[in-house]
Amino acid sequence: MDYLLTEEQEMIRDLCRQVAEEKIKPVAAEYDEKNEFPWEIVKVMAESDIFGVYIPEEYGGMGGGVLEMAIATEQLSWGCGGISLAFAATGLGTYPILLYADDRQKSKYLPEIAAGKTLAAFCITEAEAGSDAGGIKTTAVKDGDHYILNGTKQWITNGGEAGVYTVIAMTDKSKGPRGASAFIVEKDTPGLSFGKKEDKLGIRGSATREVIFTDCRIPKENLLGKEGLGFIVAMKTFDHSRPGVAAQAVGIAQRALDEAVRYSHERRQFGNTISSFQGIQWMLADMATQIEASRALIYSAARMVDSGAKNIAKISAMSKMYASDVAMQVTTDAVQIFGGYGYMKEYPVEKLMRDAKITQIYEGTNQIQRSVIASALIKEGLSK
Amino acid sequence: MKILVLIKQVPDTTDVKIDPETNTLKREGVASIINPFDMYAIEEALRVKERIGEGCGVVAISMGPPQAEEALKEAISMGCDSAVLLSDRKFAGSDTWATSYTLAQAIRKIGDYKVIFCGKQASDGDTAQVGPGISMHLDIPQVTYVKKIENIDIEKATLERMTEEGYDVIESPLPAVFTVVKEINEPRLPSLKGKMKAKKAEVPVWGAGDIGCEEDKIGLDGSPTRVVKVFTPPAREGGQLIEGEPDEVASELSGILKSIVLG
Repeated sequence: MDYLLTEEQEMIRDLCRQVAEEKIKPVAAEYDEKNEFPWEIVKVMAESDIFGVYIPEEYGGMGGGVLEMAIATEQLSWGCGGISLAFAATGLGTYPILLYADDRQKSKYLPEIAAGKTLAAFCITEAEAGSDAGGIKTTAVKDGDHYILNGTKQWITNGGEAGVYTVIAMTDKSKGPRGASAFIVEKDTPGLSFGKKEDKLGIRGSATREVIFTDCRIPKENLLGKEGLGFIVAMKTFDHSRPGVAAQAVGIAQRALDEAVRYSHERRQFGNTISSFQGIQWMLADMATQIEASRALIYSAARMVDSGAKNIAKISAMSKMYASDVAMQVTTDAVQIFGGYGYMKEYPVEKLMRDAKITQIYEGTNQIQRSVIASALIKEGLSK
Repeated sequence: MKILVLIKQVPDTTDVKIDPETNTLKREGVASIINPFDMYAIEEALRVKERIGEGCGVVAISMGPPQAEEALKEAISMGCDSAVLLSDRKFAGSDTWATSYTLAQAIRKIGDYKVIFCGKQASDGDTAQVGPGISMHLDIPQVTYVKKIENIDIEKATLERMTEEGYDVIESPLPAVFTVVKEINEPRLPSLKGKMKAKKAEVPVWGAGDIGCEEDKIGLDGSPTRVVKVFTPPAREGGQLIEGEPDEVASELSGILKSIVLG
């Protein structure tokens, strides 16, 4: 398929693919097994300018948007859906700054992020606040020229590794979701610490950790936007980042298809390659079609977000939900095509199935995505 | 002050065939790449620039047909500051002597160089003579098979030169020619900003007249050596596969060997 990418977008795609093939793919299984953070690969991505693809040129980036982020995430995830998160989750942590920071905040944080010298992380989830972000208990209390943060964020991707944390905390509990605010917290701030490192099913080449605030005092200049905007910051961030999760999913799915096609040429049963059997052929055809449909939806969603269109929640949620459901289906089918070998860690497809699962869960479960889509549909219907 | 790196565009060697009629390389449909050893030379040139810092630039030079510009642009995308292509019909048929003379003339024109990096040899010709040839034409020192640069400043460099048994430690004044082996580093990937720069870069093309070549020293006529014949050795005949239990296979094999040896 020709997605009419610009020359620069093709450059991003090809270079990220080169990084995925030459640097990520050979070490992906090792990081998966060791559950380690891939600083070596982060360095390679930084030197290749990949961290700056979606950051404006005035802040040292390449000046792209969500589409460029999605193109890069897809290719890196083809190499490893866990390692690619060092990049993709930095995008999630950076979007609040891109969308709501003032010039001073942008000048302070974006150049380091664009250069890959600092990773970012987004902190919203808590033990009792997952899909229901209204349940956030972390507080930020104003104290003169400072805010004092207290609380524990859970399952934070890039937690402990990132240098910049964008945090949603309650400045006025009595106002519910309208009492949430967004802040930037730097890693070396006293009172910021990191808890348990999670041992996960998949995406094990990424760091998932508790981020703990204990009387963590930050300057009031670190508030993003205004007090009370926290929930909107989070929702707008997700509108921009969900095509990135979708791209991670399609990268994983494409890898599963590539592995399955190759294996079906090699594996012989009943005197023939299994690719000669119609049962396998139909599975491969379905996988390929679903992947292409995902990619088309993601690129369209990303282009719409980048166009500055207002109502982007629905298309963004659609791309994330569809592509992640497809990735789960396609990776499961790839394991099926590999048969008994597919179930073994010696072969790459079981990891793809484990990595795919998270894309149906994080940045809003796919059930929440359906709710977002449905509420947009109903709203549109009422306004007609 | 400049660091120069000399690169050659070669056919991707994983897939090279010889035309049995003409005994020349079949170039149609074969992808071109930067000679793999030259990638290490580019990387080391960039590292030396980073070590020396301010006021130091890396210039990539290639001699070849017009399409060798692609290789030079790739060098720019990795971080080289500029590039020069030496391309002229008069250069055609140059052997290693004429090639190193031509490159040396271009290097003289560029001037202000401290180090000239080359790969230890090219994967197509495999002569390993052009780097040393340049040092002779320019009358500067050469260190071949460099596997490590321990120290380098604007006056001199201390290097490790790989040998069969280990390595020599050599101190060389600068300017000098260093040819590098793959043990020296791991070449970096291009960067996006480098690729953007390469896309916009204008690579000047210099001909024989631009670099003051004496006509009787370049191209086929200026080459003291001639390739008389290039041929592909006959393909190996298929062997005989002996199958069965180990004991049977061993005794059958020893029988065959005996019959060959004893006749």
